[in-house]
Amino acid sequence: MRASTIGYALCILLALAAPALGIYPVFAMQLMCYAMFACAFNLLLGFSGMLSFGHAAYFGFASYITSWLIMAHRWNTVESIVTGTVAAGLLGLVIGAIAIRRQGIYFAMITLALGQLMYFVCLQAPFTGGENGIQGVPRGSLLGLVSLRPDLHMYYFVLVIFVAVFLFIRRIVHSPFGYVLKAIRENEPRAISLGYHVDRYKLLAFVLSATIAGLAGSLKAMTLGLSTLSDVNASTSGEVILMTLLGGTGTFFGPVLGAGIVTALQQYLSGAVGDWVTAIIGAIFVACVMLFRRGIIGEVLAWQQRRQAVRTAPQEPVNQA
Amino acid sequence: MTELFGYPVPVILGQLMLGLVNGSFYAMLSLGLAVIFGLLGVVNFAHGALYMLGAYAAFVGLDLLGINYWFALLLSPLAVGALGIVLERLLLRHLYKLDPLYGLLLTFGLAQIAEGVMSNHYGSSGQSYPVPGALRGAFNLGFMILPIYRAWVIVASLVVCFTTWFVIERTRLGSTLRAATENPKLVQAFGINVPIIVMATYGAGVGLAAFAGVLSAPLIQITPLMGSSLVIVVFAVVVIGGMGSIFGSIVSGLVLGMVEGLTKVVYPEASNVVVFLIMALVLIWRPAGLFGRT
Repeated sequence: MRASTIGYALCILLALAAPALGIYPVFAMQLMCYAMFACAFNLLLGFSGMLSFGHAAYFGFASYITSWLIMAHRWNTVESIVTGTVAAGLLGLVIGAIAIRRQGIYFAMITLALGQLMYFVCLQAPFTGGENGIQGVPRGSLLGLVSLRPDLHMYYFVLVIFVAVFLFIRRIVHSPFGYVLKAIRENEPRAISLGYHVDRYKLLAFVLSATIAGLAGSLKAMTLGLSTLSDVNASTSGEVILMTLLGGTGTFFGPVLGAGIVTALQQYLSGAVGDWVTAIIGAIFVACVMLFRRGIIGEVLAWQQRRQAVRTAPQEPVNQA
Repeated sequence: MTELFGYPVPVILGQLMLGLVNGSFYAMLSLGLAVIFGLLGVVNFAHGALYMLGAYAAFVGLDLLGINYWFALLLSPLAVGALGIVLERLLLRHLYKLDPLYGLLLTFGLAQIAEGVMSNHYGSSGQSYPVPGALRGAFNLGFMILPIYRAWVIVASLVVCFTTWFVIERTRLGSTLRAATENPKLVQAFGINVPIIVMATYGAGVGLAAFAGVLSAPLIQITPLMGSSLVIVVFAVVVIGGMGSIFGSIVSGLVLGMVEGLTKVVYPEASNVVVFLIMALVLIWRPAGLFGRT
């Protein structure tokens, strides 16, 4: 526990100092947006046991709504981000209500199909700009007080929101609500027989996850000043799964690490190997599933636990193994 | 000109026919998915990518080796089926005891590898495959000109689908297969080699996808991503039909293809999404799917 507190303190210090250390702020912001997206996804898969294969729908939908409000209606930045986030939450309410009627593999297929539905909606709706998307969205200012146009200002704005969301997710998971979710994940029939309205809990978890994914999408639209179809398509849904799986499903920091690795890989590999990125991402997927299903953080934690078990029980006869 | 609900009848019939062609592909692909899921418990996300590889195998065979369409129709499913068997032996087999979600994730990764490699090799522009000589020309049905090749696709897919259905539901081999689905341990105890059956089933299901790929080659541009959006529609078809049902997946594939065709007449903007909307309605009304058993 203490080691993790020190770890987090170091991470925050690193994040605060990142611009001074020469890390490109736009890249760091993009990374945080994807990390937030992955944390939202992990809230659903890792802590509630639901694999959504269409999470790009909320990310992309919020991104479009935010950009559109700013470009077409001249709304201010904060209003647009909040509205985009709420819109994603409402979308999550509708899709979640349909998807939680089935479990496991069916849940994944249904969310995938409904995510694809949203892709076509975004492709054809008049306000999204079709194949071009919405480009050149100005960042505006924070309630007219601080301009967000300089990358540095925007960076700290995103950082503050990211840390808040991260703590919020920790709070949810450690709350009574979070424990019920865990119970549902482990044994749904038993949770039902204990008298919990399982569907309500699952739906609320789904809506929370969609809302946070939407917030990440809105912030990404603000960071880069654009919303495109790649924000809503199925491969983005796949990427967020990979980020979570690679870093460690059901761990707090895993999705952040996974998002960092995948975003960095895409950034640097696309320069080095061009079109091979898709195949490499696929290969990492296969490696994750075959070799380390717990993800990087999960494997480290498991290794620590094994070591601790050995240390606390030294009097056990070793030759039994 | 005769009209039905304000739409000219020839247009409706024409779109129904084209929808039936699309539906034939949905039926073949969802059938393969259902068979694989039934025995392996794996939702094969790579199905679309293997369909794409089937089409490319036909294209490469013609281009480099001069293998004609009819041989491609036989050889390409064999080649892709063999690839499937290798994948099953090396990778999938290790996941059977785990949560079925891992199978979905693994095959998703495999699909990405296949699509990435093919995009690198062939770029994203399409390749075209000539319609075989014997199937050129068209029938005049009165309400529309139907290219012979499209009629052939419908017939071929119906024959393949109902043969598969017959083998699984009405033969001794099929009953062994169904028994292995219900209780693999017991079937194994009777001296039947279940792992081999599982392997062969995956190979056959995947071969079916490749067969569909070869059939589609003369109809469309062959591109590395031709299977990636198709597989999502097919997933929706399978959810609508009910995952475990062979018959359900064939019927819902064909019917949904036609519904999509009709939508093109009535409200073209919705033709891409109508299958997903129907899926949502079916889930609200009958969560197990139309033909599914809970």
